Amino acid sequence: MQAEAKQTDQEVKHAEHSEFVSFTVAGQAFCLKITQIREIRRWSPVTILPHAPADVLGVMNLRGAVIPIYDLSARFGLQQTEASERNVVIVVSVHGKPVGLLAESVSEIISINPDDIQDTPPVDSRNTMEYIQGIISHDDTMVRIINLDAVISAPEQVMP
Amino acid sequence: MSGSIQDTFFEECEELLEATDEGLTAIEGGDHDPEVVNAIFRAVHSIKGGAGAFGLDDLVAFAHRFETVFDEVRSNRLDLDEKLIQLLLRSSDQLSALVEVARDGGEIDEAHNDTLLAALDEYIPEEEEDLTFEPMGLGGPAPMMDLGDLGGAPAEPQEETYRIRFQPLKEMYGTGNEPFFLFQALKDLGELTVTMDENELPGFDAMDMAEAYLAWDLVLVTKETRSKVEAVFEFVEGLCELSINGDGDAEAEANALAALNAMFAAPPAGDAAAAPEGEAPAAPFEPPVPAPEPEAKPAVAEEKASAPKAESGKQEQRGGPKPTLRVELERVDRLINAVGELIINHSMLAQQIANLNVSDTRDVETELEGFKNLARDIQEGVMAIRAQPVKPLFQRMARIVREASAATGKTCKLVTEGENTEVDKTVIERLSDPLTHILRNAVDHGVEKPEDREAAGKSKVGEIRLSASHRSGSVCIEIKDDGAGVNRPRVKQIAIEKGLIPENAELTDGEIDNLLFAPGFSTAKEISNLSGRGVGMDVVKNAVTGLGGRINISSAPGKGSTFTIILPLTLAVMDGMVVSVADQTMVVPITSIVETMRGSDDMINSLGADGTLLSIRGNFVPICDVAGALGLYRESDQQAGVYLLVETETGQRCALAVDDIHDQRQVVIKSLDGVCGEIPGVAAATILGDGKIAMILDPESIIAASPTAAAFDTERRMSNAS
Amino acid sequence: MKTKVLAIDDSRTIRNLLAATLEEAGFEYHCAVDGREGVDMYPDVDPDVVITDINMPNLDGFGVIEELRGTGINSKVPILVLTTESAPELKARARGAGATGWITKPFDDASLIFALKRVTGAAA
Repeated sequence: MQAEAKQTDQEVKHAEHSEFVSFTVAGQAFCLKITQIREIRRWSPVTILPHAPADVLGVMNLRGAVIPIYDLSARFGLQQTEASERNVVIVVSVHGKPVGLLAESVSEIISINPDDIQDTPPVDSRNTMEYIQGIISHDDTMVRIINLDAVISAPEQVMP
Repeated sequence: MSGSIQDTFFEECEELLEATDEGLTAIEGGDHDPEVVNAIFRAVHSIKGGAGAFGLDDLVAFAHRFETVFDEVRSNRLDLDEKLIQLLLRSSDQLSALVEVARDGGEIDEAHNDTLLAALDEYIPEEEEDLTFEPMGLGGPAPMMDLGDLGGAPAEPQEETYRIRFQPLKEMYGTGNEPFFLFQALKDLGELTVTMDENELPGFDAMDMAEAYLAWDLVLVTKETRSKVEAVFEFVEGLCELSINGDGDAEAEANALAALNAMFAAPPAGDAAAAPEGEAPAAPFEPPVPAPEPEAKPAVAEEKASAPKAESGKQEQRGGPKPTLRVELERVDRLINAVGELIINHSMLAQQIANLNVSDTRDVETELEGFKNLARDIQEGVMAIRAQPVKPLFQRMARIVREASAATGKTCKLVTEGENTEVDKTVIERLSDPLTHILRNAVDHGVEKPEDREAAGKSKVGEIRLSASHRSGSVCIEIKDDGAGVNRPRVKQIAIEKGLIPENAELTDGEIDNLLFAPGFSTAKEISNLSGRGVGMDVVKNAVTGLGGRINISSAPGKGSTFTIILPLTLAVMDGMVVSVADQTMVVPITSIVETMRGSDDMINSLGADGTLLSIRGNFVPICDVAGALGLYRESDQQAGVYLLVETETGQRCALAVDDIHDQRQVVIKSLDGVCGEIPGVAAATILGDGKIAMILDPESIIAASPTAAAFDTERRMSNAS
Repeated sequence: MKTKVLAIDDSRTIRNLLAATLEEAGFEYHCAVDGREGVDMYPDVDPDVVITDINMPNLDGFGVIEELRGTGINSKVPILVLTTESAPELKARARGAGATGWITKPFDDASLIFALKRVTGAAA
């Protein structure tokens, strides 16, 4: 299983110990590589995009740039997040453009040995399978590694 | 060779091609000023020169042929008749195509290229053809090397001793050649011994400074080939007595030199024929006289004759182009963004001061006003940097019309006006496709066949007028043809067939014309290989509205059609009305608002189950609830009580219902491209004084999305029909 | 002391090529965009050698040579013409006007430097 994971997971394979930021979305633990994250901001109300799908919360002003904010929970097919001041927006860069991801809260920075990453076991949820590129065990909890490119496909396709 | 120099070359090519096009257009218009011809010659020549440096052989070969024909024209050996002008125009297009292929890759249409080359050749006297441009190998000494071979010099790097006798003629000193430097160059080749022979030096008294008395005997021991040695003397051939004797090859040497001299003395038959008889065969080998020679070769005389004209042209030119600075576009855009931030920053500051609850803010406000004005000044200045004349765009369009005419067998000419009108660079770039489409359409569908035109009492040549002008803060681009006009019965029939309008619809002429822009409307005949291409005028319209502009068509049967495109001066800022809709702050472009009013219940009239009409001074206008059209729901009990009366391109009026109006201000447009897909009803976004983002609405598409307004429109047509 | 070159050519491409080659080879490079500017700049630059294009607006290469040769003090400065034609006729014509030598376009670095060396002795 581990050997397979190493083969299928090019990006992680090259790194020795990589730093990941773990956070919770709808009560589940997820993480993103620290190098993928540009900044983490506290949630503040966004401007609604008319006709937007449920997982697109709207847009916000990031130092003069208009960036879209996604509800990760809705994106993963979990329930929609009732965004509040306690929540955070993780700003990542996808295809060179900043994008905000709403998460419940940020937990900690964890150091991951690529060898410890396990392939995602097949489960009966296509959304999950697509968006998760591997899982690891940390402090007895399962942390899901998000495949950013799958979550945010090419920007044009974001809205139907 | 660095890529950046090659980039420069292609950039320069663009300019040179523009100059060529411009010149040819002037010539086509009857301007046969020699300086125009000269300018084209120089432009093509420069393209050739640069292309040679980068080994772009196809381009070099074509440019050479093109240039040679122009040389004939400027030497008055060719008349610029209509046929030749057309050929030159097509050649100029081909030159552009070759530049494009060289830059972007792709295939050259060899057949077309060969046809044009052959056509150009017909204008080149045979003698000159022989003199075809040889991609010179590597510069300078090449011709000498050939001669070296002629002399049968050994090629293997064997050490050889050359005895060189070098006696300059006095003329050599007039050319700036210095024996000493030549010797230094020889010294680089091997071991050199120099002996000066001053035997011919007269006594001091008899010395004539203009005469040359000195001679040198040189001995060079070198492994270099004979041609290398000869190459050193390339520039002074004919300006000195020179003999180079290699050990044991005196014979071959003499022969080589004789051959060399023969080549200089008697140019190949072609040359002699090219230069009229007056030229003595030995002329080039005669000591050249720096002062003007009375019986100068005709070619030289001609060159001089044209010089004064060039000088007079210069006077005008000097007054013309101002010094310019080339700046990377990205830097300008960064600046534009920063200025946009500055303006937002100003409004944030103003808002915060207002929130301070300080009783006397007059001083601060005065300063703030100054801040605002300065920011605007900077903004205008920066915007001006991005502004460019539409001329290059228009010139490309001339080519489109030529190609389209050729493809349809019609004759059309494009007349351009207001070429110097300046428009934002991005607008120019994004106008290219819509304009191309409209022009192809005008040639294909607008302008009639020559015989039909004649029958209608028009000139056989169709005229398409492309003009640009500034009109009260907007840019207006007009495309006007003198063709048959929109075939309204046909357009209407098609629209009915495609289900775009009900069968019994009663439409005004303007409404019928505007059906051309309706999505899904594309006449069956339009699948001609020219303007067809599977796109309709709706794509044109989308492109224009995407630039924040509007497009309109007016047409007169038998007289032609006019497309009018109105564009904002800049893409970066606009005047907007700040409104609130379902607790969201939004901006409506001022340009689309006719008037605003607060509505009272008695102004609202129900029509059918959902439809509401607003009564304005006796006129009924459909109400379009913006919140509803955008799919937003009001959480509070706030009602849409304020109406913005807007008018669409088709002249349809509609009252946009919003919750409240706050302010009217200039906003910085932030594109939503790449942020999200296209949102019906939303044109772009902006950042307000409080740092929040607000959507900038697109009234046209809101109305289109609103069931009431759309229904009313159809109903009106139906009722008109009955 | 670096050898000073004044290049006169209306083609930005050629100017850039010359600049790249010459500066790399250690020459001091100055340029003008047409013949008139070249002649005007001449006294200020006071170059050791002039390289000029033939076909230029305002004042062509022949005009440049004539004007430079016409003013007594400059009569000796070496002037190389840049030409795309290898035709002997053109070289003769350039020389007739007082050119020192010629450089055929397209030129390579070596032949350019070689030409300069022969008229300035510059080792650069």
